[in-house]
Amino acid sequence: MIEVKNLYKRFDEKEVLKDINTVFEDGKTNLIIGQSGSGKTVLMKNLVGLLDPTSGQVLYDGRDFVAMSKNEKVMMRREMGMIFQSAALFDSLTVLQNVMFPLDMFSSMTLRERKKRAMECLDRVNLVGAEQKYPGEISGGMQKRVAIARAIALNPKYLFCDEPNSGLDPKTSLVIDELLHSITQEFQMTTIINTHDMNSVMGIGENIIFIYEGHKEWQGVSADIMHSTNKRLTDFIFASDLLKDMRSAILSHDNKD
Amino acid sequence: MLIHKWLTTFGRYLILMGRTFSMPERMRMFRKQYVKEMAQLGVNSIGIVLLISFFIGAVICIQMKMNIQSPWMPRWVTGYTTREIMLLEFSSSIMCLILAGKVGSNIASELGTMRVTQQIDALEIMGINSACYLILPKILGMLTIMPFLVIFSSGMGILGAYGTAYIGHIMPPDDLTAGLQHSFVPWFVWMSIIKSQFFAFIIASVASFFGYTVEGGSVNVGKASTDAVVSSSALILFSDVFLTQLLS
Repeated sequence: MIEVKNLYKRFDEKEVLKDINTVFEDGKTNLIIGQSGSGKTVLMKNLVGLLDPTSGQVLYDGRDFVAMSKNEKVMMRREMGMIFQSAALFDSLTVLQNVMFPLDMFSSMTLRERKKRAMECLDRVNLVGAEQKYPGEISGGMQKRVAIARAIALNPKYLFCDEPNSGLDPKTSLVIDELLHSITQEFQMTTIINTHDMNSVMGIGENIIFIYEGHKEWQGVSADIMHSTNKRLTDFIFASDLLKDMRSAILSHDNKD
Repeated sequence: MLIHKWLTTFGRYLILMGRTFSMPERMRMFRKQYVKEMAQLGVNSIGIVLLISFFIGAVICIQMKMNIQSPWMPRWVTGYTTREIMLLEFSSSIMCLILAGKVGSNIASELGTMRVTQQIDALEIMGINSACYLILPKILGMLTIMPFLVIFSSGMGILGAYGTAYIGHIMPPDDLTAGLQHSFVPWFVWMSIIKSQFFAFIIASVASFFGYTVEGGSVNVGKASTDAVVSSSALILFSDVFLTQLLS
């Protein structure tokens, strides 16, 4: 479980995060949503320690990550996996070498065991057969799946995903969403996903945090969104006319019932 | 203001070097990277070093013969000056300036691209000291391979000079041999190698600094690559003055 308490982040004069308080639960797919520039990525970078908060606490199972020493943070990060928006695969390594990389760095397994584990992870993301290809030779969706395989290679307790569906077609996005959701439940990880994708929000959002201009505007589950009276949230989620019409139709149908 | 900017940059460079020179997380991976960098930065540069050294050796020999040789001068003077120029300046300093262009831009653009595509962030998230993992093998690889490049360059320059004697018939090869052997000071070889070690460090560390600290996108990667070449070239020239004075 990750608990965020009174988190503030300021860049010079600009306050990007304002008093964020929330809990990300184990075994659940936690989503951070919000408009571009609302502070989602800054929040995630504060959670993983790529940025230091101006004030506040980030508690990993009760352990304050912000107050940890450099060495403690390094050890803590070995319990984390992260999937970046750009996949961030090492382009000089093959798919298999990318997945083996964390195992090469931190495990005491033999080469055969490391290869076996990497192949298991690739199998889990349906990428067996692509192991000898380089990241530049595979599609964006496959790159994201390789990134997922690399992130889960060391069985992390916490999985962070920064806009995993960005640049992918809707069908591939669904595959990625389902994969992240099933992996979260299978390994009982605390998964946090930054997303703009409304399919993700409605499909896998078990705990959704809506960030608006740096503060937490709303928190709940996907089922609550349809009936939410928070105008900022509904304006964001149902931004297009089509979605607005769909929502109106559903709500009127519910009212009749 | 400019001095403040330089001092800030120098301070950031020192901090990065502090992170770079730490114990690697996994020696097996470090050795792998070290060998890879030696091949990529050093072995892949042998061709250009040999090519340039051969022609520069030949040109120096022709220029010396045409412009210095006179009835008042001993016949070995062309060989002697060719050897001294190659050994004292070309094979260490000028060759390192050329490598600053080739290797420096390579390092800066590689690390810069890794930074903007979040590959360095991915290493950090895994709990890896990315500076040590990426930069230390480059610096040590360059330091290891540089003496070989200096020796190859000197040798090829002398071969170039022989080429003008045998093929171009600029001068009798015996005169060239006599000049090459005249008043040979073995210390000059060591001096050349010592200088090149400083330059190798400058090329690898300065280029790494500019690449590693890139912010933004591809335009900034290009700018970092240019800054790396310009800064390392200037530092090589600047330190050459002090090193030559110190070691002579």
